[in-house]
Amino acid sequence: MSGKMKIATIVAGVAVVVVLTLVFPPFRTYQLATVGAYLCVTAGLTVLTGLNGQLSLGHGALMATGAYTLALSVNAGWPLTAAFAAALVVTTVIGGVVGLAAARLRGPYLAGLTLAVAVVVPAITSTFDGTFNSDQGLSVALEPPPGTVTVEQWQAWLAWGAALIVLVLLQLLIGGRFGRELKAVRDDETAARLAGVGVARTQVLAFVVSAACAGIGGALFAVLAQSVSPGAFPLSLSLFLVMAIVIGGLGSLAGAAWGAVLLVALPALAHTVTEGIDAQRLEGNLPLALFGVTLIVVMLAAPGGIAALRPFKRSPFKRSPFTKAGLRPLRKRSKA
Amino acid sequence: MPHQPPSDGLILHDISVRFGGLTALEGVSLRVPPGRTVGVIGPNGAGKTTLFNVVCGFVAPTSGQLTLDGRPLRPRPHQLKKRGIARTLQGVGLFPSLTVLENVLVGESDRDRAEATLERCGAASYRDEKPAALPYAIRKRVALARALVTDPRLLLLDEPAGGLGVQEIEELGELITGLSCSVLLVEHHMDLVMTVCDEILVLDFGKPVAHGTPDEIRTDEAVADAYLGAAA
Repeated sequence: MSGKMKIATIVAGVAVVVVLTLVFPPFRTYQLATVGAYLCVTAGLTVLTGLNGQLSLGHGALMATGAYTLALSVNAGWPLTAAFAAALVVTTVIGGVVGLAAARLRGPYLAGLTLAVAVVVPAITSTFDGTFNSDQGLSVALEPPPGTVTVEQWQAWLAWGAALIVLVLLQLLIGGRFGRELKAVRDDETAARLAGVGVARTQVLAFVVSAACAGIGGALFAVLAQSVSPGAFPLSLSLFLVMAIVIGGLGSLAGAAWGAVLLVALPALAHTVTEGIDAQRLEGNLPLALFGVTLIVVMLAAPGGIAALRPFKRSPFKRSPFTKAGLRPLRKRSKA
Repeated sequence: MPHQPPSDGLILHDISVRFGGLTALEGVSLRVPPGRTVGVIGPNGAGKTTLFNVVCGFVAPTSGQLTLDGRPLRPRPHQLKKRGIARTLQGVGLFPSLTVLENVLVGESDRDRAEATLERCGAASYRDEKPAALPYAIRKRVALARALVTDPRLLLLDEPAGGLGVQEIEELGELITGLSCSVLLVEHHMDLVMTVCDEILVLDFGKPVAHGTPDEIRTDEAVADAYLGAAA
């Protein structure tokens, strides 16, 4: 699919979602809005991890940074657009700082650094409780939506408008030279250097782009929840984000979209299941278990993720690790 | 815009490289004049690839100087292109997730030039394939195209004939002979080296043991000793 076709698909997809917000009940519309907010984050994360090969376990913290920046800006009387811009700038700067350190690290050391970010940010909110109000968090006082538009519709349009901008910009970015350089650095750093690619520069840029997307996603969450607290951005959120892009399909925006859907659908499914079997105590851990099981099943059936599935072309099990390893069904040998 | 031909070419003066107590290169001097092909040969571990790594900036020399066209060369790998230097790697070093054309387009976004270079290297018909789907010889051609697309004034070829058949090596020799840029060639395939090189430097345990034309190298006893071991 060409770049223009991909952008047309993104625009068409967002248009369909906007139409759905007109017919869905408020709760489903709110869920759609949440998918849009998650999509901003997963799209940025799949560029970083899928296309550039940098594993980040700290994107939940970057989301928190965006959310708190928006909350503080709105509460200071800034208009919403300026608050979004502030969230974007602050997370971009923090992403740049983390990216500079991350560009010098590889593998588990990089994961450790980003994990530290995920742990430190909630601790900061407790330390500076005069600003961040500790575990209670901050409320976000927003003006009511204009006219007859419901709050959920307005939130969904805001989230999917942001997702549209993020997806189109990312598609333009990864569809050209920068996208090739991201993949080249991931595939072979030495060969990339010899081809004239600044490896560290590319890695830092990837982190900055991804952090900016996480900041926008976090700011959207502040708008959706109309409050911000450290409990909304636990370490498990960062793990969910990584699992979501792997299950959806690493390195593709379609995979990021699938991941965003799963991030909303699996906890909702867990809630339904625990209610059905009257085991509410399980609800906290069941989404993680569901994600784990989904990850295993998808990796067996479609190592490239849901986005790589071609249901009408060939069976996904034909590309499972077992068949790739040569474990095929026994066949009768033909006589010579 | 093509690079102007160099006036002095690449000059390595008394280059030594030590890794702790190990001497990888010692007192290596070499000139690669404009438009000429210079081969570097020697047994495994002789320091050939280390020499390439010094020119490319992957390894800093412990002592000695490098100049390119009379200007000191303190290379950083990703800036080699700006100085008109390109290098192929010992393996093919292609990016598996990119197509052949995209591989050539990394670091050089002129699509027409990339396609013309692929055509010149005989890999144009594979432009939309991923490297893993291609025969090894074609991958080598793509790697060469990626190096040539920047129109370098100095091309470093690290064992370009490795893994190729006789016919493919002949074609590679013709391609190298037809290049207008300077070429520094590391290769084990002696027929290719003797055919395409104007001069040859022989290394053994990091030290230069011979330097001359292919005919001189063929009859040099020190070279025979280095490859076959000194007579008891």
